[in-house]
Amino acid sequence: MTTVYDDLGDQDTGEVPVRRIKFTINGVRKAAEVEPRLLLAHLIRQGLGLTGTHMGCDTTNCGACTVLVDGRAIKSCTMLAVQADGHEITTVEGLATASELHPLQEGFREEHGLQCGFCTPGMMLAAKALLAANPDPTEEDVRWALSGNLCRCTGYQNIVKSVLWAAAKLRSEPAGDAESGPAGDPAQEA
Amino acid sequence: MTAVDEIKIGGLGASRKRVEDQRFIRGKGNYTDDIVLPGMLHMEILRSPLAHARIVSIDTSRAWQIPGVHLVLTGEMMATRNLAWMPTLSYDTQAVLATDKVRFQGQEVACVIADDPYIAKDACEAIDVEYEPLPPIVNPEQALADGAPVIRDDKEGQDSNVIYNWEVGDAAGTERAFAEADTISRLRLHYPRSHPSPIECCGSIADFNRATSKLTVYMTTQAPHIIRAAVALVAELPEHMIRIISPDIGGGFGNKVPVYPGYVCSILASILLERPVKWIEDKTGNLISTGFARDIYLDGELALRNDGKILGVRMHVDSDHGAFFSDAQPSKFKIGLLHSAFACYNIPAGRITARGTYTNKAPGGVAYRCSFRVTEAMFFQERMIQAAAQDLGMDQAAFRRINLVSDDQFPFRTPFGFLTDSGQYGKCLDVGLRAVGYEDFRKQQAEAKARGRLLGLGISTMTEPLGAGNSREYDILGIKMFDSADLKVHMTGKAILRTGAKTQGQGHETTWAQIVAHELGIPAEDVVVEEGDTDTAPFGMGTYASRSTPVAGAAVAMVSRKIRAKARKLAAHLLEVSEEDVEWELGRFYVRSAPDRGVTIQECAMAAYSNMPDGMEPGLENTAYYDPPNLTWPFAVYIVTVEVDPETGVWDVLNMVAVDDCGVRINPMIVEGQIMGGLTEAYAMANMQFITFDAEGNCVGSNYMDYLLPTAWETPGYELHSEVVTPSPHHPIGAKGIGECAAVGGPAAFVNAVMDAIADTGVRNIDMPLLPDRVWEAITKRHDVSGAPPVRSDD
Amino acid sequence: MYPSRFRYEAPRSLGEAISLLRENGDEAKVLAGGQSLVPLMKLRFASPELIVDINNVGGLDYHSAETDGTLRIGALCRHADLERSDLLKSTQPTMAAAAPLIADPLVRNRGTLVGSLCHADPQGDWASVVTALGGSVIAQGPNGRRTIAMADFVTGPFENTLEPDEIAVAAVIPAAQGTRAGGYLKLERRVGDFATVGVAVAIETSGATVTRAGIALTGVGGSTIAAIAAADALTGQPLTPETIEQAAERAAQAANPRTDHRGSAEYKRHMVRTFVVRLLSRDGDSAERAA
Repeated sequence: MTTVYDDLGDQDTGEVPVRRIKFTINGVRKAAEVEPRLLLAHLIRQGLGLTGTHMGCDTTNCGACTVLVDGRAIKSCTMLAVQADGHEITTVEGLATASELHPLQEGFREEHGLQCGFCTPGMMLAAKALLAANPDPTEEDVRWALSGNLCRCTGYQNIVKSVLWAAAKLRSEPAGDAESGPAGDPAQEA
Repeated sequence: MTAVDEIKIGGLGASRKRVEDQRFIRGKGNYTDDIVLPGMLHMEILRSPLAHARIVSIDTSRAWQIPGVHLVLTGEMMATRNLAWMPTLSYDTQAVLATDKVRFQGQEVACVIADDPYIAKDACEAIDVEYEPLPPIVNPEQALADGAPVIRDDKEGQDSNVIYNWEVGDAAGTERAFAEADTISRLRLHYPRSHPSPIECCGSIADFNRATSKLTVYMTTQAPHIIRAAVALVAELPEHMIRIISPDIGGGFGNKVPVYPGYVCSILASILLERPVKWIEDKTGNLISTGFARDIYLDGELALRNDGKILGVRMHVDSDHGAFFSDAQPSKFKIGLLHSAFACYNIPAGRITARGTYTNKAPGGVAYRCSFRVTEAMFFQERMIQAAAQDLGMDQAAFRRINLVSDDQFPFRTPFGFLTDSGQYGKCLDVGLRAVGYEDFRKQQAEAKARGRLLGLGISTMTEPLGAGNSREYDILGIKMFDSADLKVHMTGKAILRTGAKTQGQGHETTWAQIVAHELGIPAEDVVVEEGDTDTAPFGMGTYASRSTPVAGAAVAMVSRKIRAKARKLAAHLLEVSEEDVEWELGRFYVRSAPDRGVTIQECAMAAYSNMPDGMEPGLENTAYYDPPNLTWPFAVYIVTVEVDPETGVWDVLNMVAVDDCGVRINPMIVEGQIMGGLTEAYAMANMQFITFDAEGNCVGSNYMDYLLPTAWETPGYELHSEVVTPSPHHPIGAKGIGECAAVGGPAAFVNAVMDAIADTGVRNIDMPLLPDRVWEAITKRHDVSGAPPVRSDD
Repeated sequence: MYPSRFRYEAPRSLGEAISLLRENGDEAKVLAGGQSLVPLMKLRFASPELIVDINNVGGLDYHSAETDGTLRIGALCRHADLERSDLLKSTQPTMAAAAPLIADPLVRNRGTLVGSLCHADPQGDWASVVTALGGSVIAQGPNGRRTIAMADFVTGPFENTLEPDEIAVAAVIPAAQGTRAGGYLKLERRVGDFATVGVAVAIETSGATVTRAGIALTGVGGSTIAAIAAADALTGQPLTPETIEQAAERAAQAANPRTDHRGSAEYKRHMVRTFVVRLLSRDGDSAERAA
């Protein structure tokens, strides 16, 4: 991030090296100048103002910061922003189109899959990656795929129902939508 | 014209989809860390690595040199402004930044305010603190031992580590009961330290505006009005110039009630720098320093007659409060409502003694869906009931039936002075036993045992006191525990409702509107609900202890009725009849003698602005403050079946049945969500989740690598039952509250199930969490397994 | 949770990466998956001067078998690739059992097996698996490549034998002579937990006789423990309750666990014994997670 510093006297200001990166986020191409130590999650939240991706812990456990990078669900708190150079990022803000919610968003509402909402963006993105690879998951498949995302409010049962609701809706939609595709490497889905 | 359909308009009993979801599913929630103010700076806290040590020196000179650092605060600097210490909600004092000593690992020692949190962290690392270690105390036994160092040597007259001694009940009557007993069943255990750990950590953005002299603080708080009062007290700012705004909260569970040093530092920093200062703690800070839960030792006895009747109960509890006594709880009761234990049983005599001690650990004790220590009360209760039934050789369900309060005994006075007013305990137990297939399970259990497999079943039954509470008995820091609702109906019949509660995921924006719909026939979607801004919300004591539906929800009903009373006058005026001739059905008033002649509530609203009767004040709005006449008493039966692997100590849940009678359910979908969340926390505490300490006072469980929350993979599924509904006789809509029931009653069900599976070993207790190594040790060595700190080690 | 400052390079070739390491020596760290290194940096337990990110170096994200069955895993092969691998499921039972148990699904999408070996966490699962299989690490430096046997690769907790200017480019699992069998059992309290106890068993049989055996232990010592005497109890023998019992007993003795908040030393030794028996007897599911 480019920061303006107050001139607070005779401090050693030094050079703070930054790196120029280019990436796509939710389909939009962006460039940024970042310190190497900036975490991807902070680039998304502070640099881009997309605060739907949340920070929940400091040991890479909770998954509240989950985003998709080239279609793979990863913890954005454990990736450096500079590593996003040349890649595609999807956050919760990229789920809905201008006119429609994503079936996962609808499913979470239909099945009461959220209470405080803090873990929800991460859950939906991990679920999105699951459904791209496996459009007809069992309950066990869903619980396994979400086992890197912690929730404190719901007890998970309704989250599972929400994902299965979305899966059913996606399967019933006409072919050609972005979600349906060959089961396999989700990295092939953008 | 007819009444509107209550379910269609989203009234009581409608599983209305949530209003809140619209922003959360889009990632458009407004949590504290999402808020950005112009010129905002960032604060990080430097914490003590030691549990107990004298501070020899603090050198911040290198920190000040780092570019981007605006301010470095130490306890010494705070002390010049009388802010190094602050009062707690329990009439004690707590260090804001340490001055003389550090008293727990993780205690706040200094803080840095800088352009961004990365720089603030760099500067924290550049602060040099010299410590002189002192012997650490990690449990009450050490705290009370001869020669133990006095932790609170800052307090005049404090010459030990005892905080309080307290007792309740009938000592003489209980002695007699025990003298008459055929059998005395004794159980000792430790309810380990746990932590609410919502996913979102605590934080604040303090914004002092010199031009207006107004301080605005955005913060993660479940009780914004309490905070406003506390800030006025601590910072000596006038109350009307303080605005606390609690935006969206990512889970509270009691963690976001206390006043934390970070809030106070961010406020002072903003006043000094005249810029907004944001402080967001990290998970380690949250786990190691904020309000923990439980950490209390039980020595309990039941006096029994051989036919199964309980004659009396005696409990002594030792509560480990950490370094400062900072619980948020009704001030009359040192251990909260722990004496609500055994309220669902017909026991004639009881006595509880309680002692609180200081230790070198983070302060707290009342938190985590505990209903003011009722989690402890009901865990102790059901563990003692389990042991007693075993001691008598009686069936667990039969033993409970003999002793449960029967339907015709209400209102029932418990031996500790509570008045329970309603319930159908026996029926709930029937439903639960039928659902789990009790008889069949016992058969399967016996057959499995013959083949070397260990199956177990655990029951937990309890009623708990929610909705604290009536002003005669309940207050926090002298402020009575009423709550409030303010309803303004606009001329087109839409409305805005504000309450003194503060939702953190419970869905108030959805459910309060349903109460208005029920009372006024205005569709729920026409009512917008706001909470959390002390400038606009009526005064309330916030949301915790499952008090919102019982108290704030009641206020919503009462204010709606005030509105309806005025609307009735408007209706009479519009219908040109006298008020006595006007009848009400949902959504409309009509003439009794000519039912087709009526006006809708919306028409009354319009009339309030355009066609008032002579002498009537215009407008259609009102406020209600509700002082609950009594606590509400939901009842629950939780039954768990498990299989234990004797070779590894690992146990799996086979089945989990929950029967909850919480009176009238405003939104069944939301009620079920609350139950499942609570059951998961119960499972977590029973299976894997705890904070402990080693002999040096190091905190084990201060991050998510060691403090384990279950994932979707481990968490069992739940079968929920809602057949039994016993409305509260005094609550305006008959609701009792539900938010914490499952966390209160659930843990004992899981533990009792495992204990049942290994009953043949004769082991009476394994402390939670029932980790595989503990279960294995119990099975193999046939002795009780304690989990109390300090952690065992090779040394 | 904010790392201290560092310089960052993202070379596009191995040669470039190795030059950078050569110039900066001990002050540089290689970044692949980052799922171990970045958390350490966020806690400031690691503060390297220079990060050499090899994610843009081509030709490293593979895992494949040669015609003789030798398995090679490139430095950028992610845990998730191994979890999904049909090749592993059909030819490498020990590896296939372990892959799903590494951390959690999100971490598996970034973390790498080779990175995990280099990180040398005593509670790392892959190290036990590769040790039990008699695998090695291929290191590339300015003077070319060398093969380092897994048994020699880890020199202590979080220490490996790579020179400062070497990069691990692959792990190699030697071809099997007989029929592979085995698995990995991990006692973890929940997904993502470190192993309280982990046991990797990899055997090869010819007919009823065990022709090769490897047993390695996670989390019960300062580093991964190669239970050599335990493996010796099986080699050249048929699998019988007696030989299994002897292997289990020796493996328990090879363990050197500490009593801590995860359990007593006695319990951990017992779990080593129990896991060895379960993995070698056919009644347990060798891919089951034990908690």
